Amino acid sequence: MKKRVLTVDDSRTIRNMLLVTLNNAGFETIQAEDGVEGLEVLEEANPDVIVTDINMPRLDGFGFIEGVRKNDRYRAIPILVLTTESDAEKKNRARQAGATGWIVKPFDPTKLIDAIERVTA
Amino acid sequence: MTYVAKSLTTDGRELIAFRVGDQEFCVNVMSVREIRGWTPATAMPHAPTYMLGIINLRGAVLPIIDLSARLGMKPAEPTVRHVIIVAQVKSQAVGLLVDAVSDILTITNDKIQPTPDVVSSEFEKSFARGVLAIEGRMICLIELEAIFPQEEREAA
Amino acid sequence: MDMNEIKEIFFQECEEQLAELESGLLKLNDGDRDPETVNAVFRAVHSIKGGAGAFGLDDLVSFAHVFETTLDCVRSNRLDPGPEVLKVMLKSADVLADLTNAARDGGSVDEARSRQLIKELEALANGEVPQASAAAPAPVEVVAKPVAAVAPPPVSNEGFQPVAFSFDDFDAAEEPPLMEMPTYEIVFKPKSDLYAKGNEATLLLRDLSRLGEMSIHCDMGALPTLERLSPESAYFSWKIQLATDKGEDAIRTVFEFAEWDCDLEISLVEDEATQSGEELPMQPVPFDLSILDDEPAVSVGVVEEEEQLASRQQDIRNAAVSAAGTASNVLQMAQSAARAPAEKAAPAASAAQSAAAQQAAASAGTPTIRVDLDRVDRLINLVGELVINQAMLSQSVVENDANGTSSINMGLEELQQLTREIQDSVMAIRAQPVKPVFQRMSRIVREIADMTGKSVRLITEGENTEVDKTVIDKLAEPLTHMIRNAVDHGLETPEKRLAAGKSAEGTVRLTAKHRSGRIVIELADDGAGINREKVRQKAIDNDLIAADANLSDEEIDNLIFHAGFSTADKISDISGRGVGMDVVKRSIQALGGRINISSKPGHGSVFTMSLPLTLAVLDGMVVTVANQTLVVPLTAIVETLQPEASAIHSFGSNQRLISIRNSFCPLVDVGRILNFRAIQANPVEGVALLVESEGGGQRALMVDAIQGQRQVVIKSLEANYTHVPGIAAATILGDGRVALILDVDTIVAASRGQSLKPEMSLAAAG
Repeated sequence: MKKRVLTVDDSRTIRNMLLVTLNNAGFETIQAEDGVEGLEVLEEANPDVIVTDINMPRLDGFGFIEGVRKNDRYRAIPILVLTTESDAEKKNRARQAGATGWIVKPFDPTKLIDAIERVTA
Repeated sequence: MTYVAKSLTTDGRELIAFRVGDQEFCVNVMSVREIRGWTPATAMPHAPTYMLGIINLRGAVLPIIDLSARLGMKPAEPTVRHVIIVAQVKSQAVGLLVDAVSDILTITNDKIQPTPDVVSSEFEKSFARGVLAIEGRMICLIELEAIFPQEEREAA
Repeated sequence: MDMNEIKEIFFQECEEQLAELESGLLKLNDGDRDPETVNAVFRAVHSIKGGAGAFGLDDLVSFAHVFETTLDCVRSNRLDPGPEVLKVMLKSADVLADLTNAARDGGSVDEARSRQLIKELEALANGEVPQASAAAPAPVEVVAKPVAAVAPPPVSNEGFQPVAFSFDDFDAAEEPPLMEMPTYEIVFKPKSDLYAKGNEATLLLRDLSRLGEMSIHCDMGALPTLERLSPESAYFSWKIQLATDKGEDAIRTVFEFAEWDCDLEISLVEDEATQSGEELPMQPVPFDLSILDDEPAVSVGVVEEEEQLASRQQDIRNAAVSAAGTASNVLQMAQSAARAPAEKAAPAASAAQSAAAQQAAASAGTPTIRVDLDRVDRLINLVGELVINQAMLSQSVVENDANGTSSINMGLEELQQLTREIQDSVMAIRAQPVKPVFQRMSRIVREIADMTGKSVRLITEGENTEVDKTVIDKLAEPLTHMIRNAVDHGLETPEKRLAAGKSAEGTVRLTAKHRSGRIVIELADDGAGINREKVRQKAIDNDLIAADANLSDEEIDNLIFHAGFSTADKISDISGRGVGMDVVKRSIQALGGRINISSKPGHGSVFTMSLPLTLAVLDGMVVTVANQTLVVPLTAIVETLQPEASAIHSFGSNQRLISIRNSFCPLVDVGRILNFRAIQANPVEGVALLVESEGGGQRALMVDAIQGQRQVVIKSLEANYTHVPGIAAATILGDGRVALILDVDTIVAASRGQSLKPEMSLAAAG
């Protein structure tokens, strides 16, 4: 069984990079363009792990994570946040919202896969 | 595609032979896209005499060249019996007006004899790639790219 | 998809983000303080930075980073985006665009400029705001405060299901790990938050076990009685001995995500002799991590005890795992029971929710797809074929069936209707709003305002007006030139404006709208208007008009479109360079457009250009010349006339002029100039098309007959042939034959003596 990853990012560039990286690593990838869409597709996507950006229109990463954690089925799902190194404050806020871990942008494919492996069974 | 495989393994090639005036010529079949009947061409201003004009080939503009005039023979007077060989020369398509298509030949390279040392002009030397003796006829193998040198096409 | 393709996507996205950035900044400039506008601006820069980082575009990243930091100050209300601040930001947006272009095309950028802006941005971020109140707190790097532990949400104990859970089965005695490698002692006490955030102690232990040999001791001392056990809380802590050569950093990396939500101590065990499992106040747990792997664990044991042992071990594992993962397991059980009745109501609620979400999505913009332009072009070509084919079919049916079977004719009419609709719809695919071009103009205005020391406000209207992409692409250049001209020549300096009783800030208004199947773009300034005396004098000096010529105001105004005409006293660097409005007019005409000016002294000028909505089709006049059918673009034709013998005057050896309303206009025999005939035709037997070309010069083009007007699909000659001087393109008529479309400008130029020979052609320009 392939692990299913839901990625949430408004940047087409990053979405494509995630897609290529994750598919090459043997994951099944479902993509959403912002937090609202992420929550919409959550049930259907039924992911094993979520990778999300923070800065997004409509609903940002914090709101998205909070939304996921409110869903009883996904309240304990691992959520990795794509973040930039300088964002110590954001990392913190993401953690408060319920993020499991973070991936520093620009992500390195190996580190991304490592991080996903680390939080999934 | 199967043709490519065949030509590679047997070192042979397929040529399409056609008549221009009282002479026979042939070109590599790979450079021929299709053969169609003559339709009146729209004249181009300031074009060389062998440039008969342009026709509509399924929506694309196709220049038509009078091969007879181009090869230094009498300019053709196109009729409905004339044939246009649509050939690919590098990235462009071009229509060659000939009298008739006579044959499709499958030959091996060793059948191609060197061009006899009688030709008078440099131009003829430049396009003739050899001659073939088929059933008592002589067919001259010509190279299209030499007939339409790129410099000339781009000069305009 | 490979990295190059993703990079291409990145640059496309950059363009969109840059447009977003600029329009957001302009909104802020207009006083918009909507937080979402600020967010969108921030996101645009952030997004560019993110992608640029992925491709190692360091210059772009570092500039975007500084920009982003300053924008973040705005976002968090530490910096007020006043006019001075926005000036810096708009310039920064320009530099960001330059850097992006340089990254894509390998060009260079004005490094001094970007360094200067980095300084200005940093100054803003440090609170050095010109005009800003001194009370504004200097933004400092925000130090992350430790996260306050979030109290776990209260969980109802109702419906709580007891779970089989035995603590008696934890066996003692694991073999101590091999000690050749450094051994670390790790004390790991998860907090409840660890689980609430989707981390799993078991996974951390698994990862740890991959680093080397490890023994684990689980302390369950904190475990309360079952009644008091909160499924949300963490009760276990772990003491781990790990022999690894990977180093402490590797261990820390394992706990990277968990370190905030656990107490973690890592120490190197110096003397193994002092270590003894019995001394630990903990229960050693034989923690079999293979449970987490796909393969079932292989138990080794005495045969007769195997089954029992296996089951006991399974229990232990279950206990350990479920204890470690209390949040997920126990909680789910407890809650699913408690929530069972509520679930029935859920589908309805979620349906309502998703409907609302869909509505929100719809209001956020209709869904779009991205399509390769090549595919659209191919479709447009095919539809062009369809149109021609349909016309050919109609024509041959008419020819072969003169009295017309009504059903065939009706079918044909329907076919014609459908083809038209398909053509319109397909053209609409390529239609795009002029917005991106308009947005680029605001940058031009800023730059010229800076260079000239003028204060300019650009107002754009109708930027969602759509026009074919082929037109959009060619619109920027003439428009840029006109904008430069408007700011440089049209608007006065602030001093002069104030003296004239106007506001110091000049206004340039750029408007787009559709009018009768064309797009009309208007550029209006509130400057001084055209100085007609000066223009007139200049025209006389340059022999453009006679000293006593009687010209209307409009005619004088339009003199500025003459070649080489420039009223600026000194050639400025901005609209100088010998490039005048004649070039603008020419390029507009090349697009099948027209341009006009109307001016009001003291109140400004309005340039109006009208363009076709597409360059794929053209309205043409179909004419006959020397038995050839040609198409003359309708936009070039001013009027058609039937010359009378008395109006034709010979001039010089072989020139002829035609008198039209008392002025003389040179006659050009199209058939002769294209070398379709050896001698000039008799003008009286033909028709004259009065055309306007480069520099406003008029010529009467002689053709043999006019066949009619029609819309034609433009076909490239260059694809299979070559550029032909005097010929703009080809088209295919209803009878399937190719007709050439005249290039009126080069024909007129040729009539002035310029050669039409291929060597002298404009192939390079075409």
